[in-house]
Amino acid sequence: MKQLLMAFALALGLCAAAGAADPLGSSRWPDLQREYAGNAPVTFDSRVEVLAPKVAEDSMNVPVTIKFRNLPDVKRVLVVADFNPIVKVLDYQPLLAQPGLSFRIKLQQASPIRALVQTGDGKWYAGGVWVDAAGGGCTAPSTGRSAPDWTSTLNQVQARVFHDGQNQRVRLRIMHPMDTGLAPGIPAFYIEQLAVEDASGEAMLRMETFEPLSENPVFSFDLPDTGKAALRVVGRDNNGNRIDAMVQP
Amino acid sequence: MIGRFLLALVLAGGALLAQAADPAVTDRFDYGLVPQKIADNSWAFIGRTEDITRANGGNIVNTAFVVTADGVVVIDTGPSRRYGEQMRAAIARVTDRPVIRVFNTHQHPDHFLGNQAFAGVPTAALPAAQAGMREQGGAFADNMYRMAGDWLAGTEVSVADQAAQAGRQTIGGHDFELIALEGHTGGDLAVFDRTTGVLYAGDLIFLDRAPTTPHASLGHWRTALDTLAALPVKRTLPGHGPVHDDSRGIGQTRDWLDWLDDTLNRAATSGMDMAEVMVLPLPERFAGMPLARSEFERSVTHLYSRYEQQTLNTAAPSRLKQK
Repeated sequence: MKQLLMAFALALGLCAAAGAADPLGSSRWPDLQREYAGNAPVTFDSRVEVLAPKVAEDSMNVPVTIKFRNLPDVKRVLVVADFNPIVKVLDYQPLLAQPGLSFRIKLQQASPIRALVQTGDGKWYAGGVWVDAAGGGCTAPSTGRSAPDWTSTLNQVQARVFHDGQNQRVRLRIMHPMDTGLAPGIPAFYIEQLAVEDASGEAMLRMETFEPLSENPVFSFDLPDTGKAALRVVGRDNNGNRIDAMVQP
Repeated sequence: MIGRFLLALVLAGGALLAQAADPAVTDRFDYGLVPQKIADNSWAFIGRTEDITRANGGNIVNTAFVVTADGVVVIDTGPSRRYGEQMRAAIARVTDRPVIRVFNTHQHPDHFLGNQAFAGVPTAALPAAQAGMREQGGAFADNMYRMAGDWLAGTEVSVADQAAQAGRQTIGGHDFELIALEGHTGGDLAVFDRTTGVLYAGDLIFLDRAPTTPHASLGHWRTALDTLAALPVKRTLPGHGPVHDDSRGIGQTRDWLDWLDDTLNRAATSGMDMAEVMVLPLPERFAGMPLARSEFERSVTHLYSRYEQQTLNTAAPSRLKQK
């Protein structure tokens, strides 16, 4: 036990020397900071709130909501899971949308899930939580693969718009296996790009998405209310298959 | 500096240290099973209303036995081989009659992973529960190891070898009614001893411990509670929680299921996403119930996508040209 404590102490000492201590105590943090924030200073800030269960009941579908309280001018939201074999989950530009969003991911083992946020002045902020998991979410085949007709619904969009008088919440489900490439014999096959446009074709939000998003991914976004005008959801997967659907308000 | 360093150490080590249980207990891996007499010839082992941990070894479940003229009938065998063995030893301290029959109320690991200790004794479960044990038992045992650690040493899945038949069955002078239900899982066996009036409800009934839903169908579950409520029961042994003589268990379980159904339905129709639903406030009557928050979180994962799916419509493909 004493030796274990010594090892902890050493590991933590090294981390502390490298920069601002990671409140999640993850050995991966210095690498992630270097890779995703260009080694720029990152402020751990309670205004970046990540909601996720303490324990992943289903490692294939771990729900995550990211919220911002009074953090102005968010330009970019990068979501990473430290200990996933594929770390990057999505890279989101809110544009006209509220910067918060919800989605689900696959977890291979217990890991922090973090949002790294860049504001208009170039500064980085971060928030996150640990999620415990039995794991295996990234190396299992998608369940839809076993259905004979999964290709007939590929990239089909299911949607619903909810109005609260000020904003509209758009919920989307896109039929896609989101294969990670880590299940034997099944190559990576996942949605790479997604955007929501207004009736005139202007992007209201845009994101790059990666393998760890759950199969048939579900998203929630909050947009300014566009009244009775339809929204258009566009995107594509890494095989060049298009996503293109009109969502009625 | 030292203060911050120590704080970081505590944060990092907290997860590990919290798992390290009292060595005096875990060294012996003694569940300390003491049978509680609940009726003539009838005893129960009452588990803690906690989550499975390395401290409790998975002893979070109620099991029972009835000493009949022909031998002992066992209802559920606990979370591990050790539990099953210690249960069998505790039974032998009450009677020298042999164990002649085992019933598993359903497929969940805390109710049947002790089966190994009763090898050779006819062991019955509903066919859906047998299938669940066969197909998912390995994953259940792995997860139980992950949560309870070495208490599980030597535990292997032993599937109930007989399909339980619904109906009356007299064993050694006790008039048992086997009732085939579903709702908590796809195959929930309730055992009603008409001789003593004791209902062994399995996990169809929880009391003072939040119900679990990994294989639940809320509609079927509520129908099953109606069936149980119509029986002339004198005393109920729930799957988790205290023995009781009134309808509190059925009432509280139904209350939770109704609230869960209503909450998930409202959340879905107002456009909430899963992680937002998980942090909704609990009603005051459930706030003090053990595991209410964590079981609600789990239930959102188990059930919410069905509610959410009903609110989504298939969007028409766009006929516009992409830029």
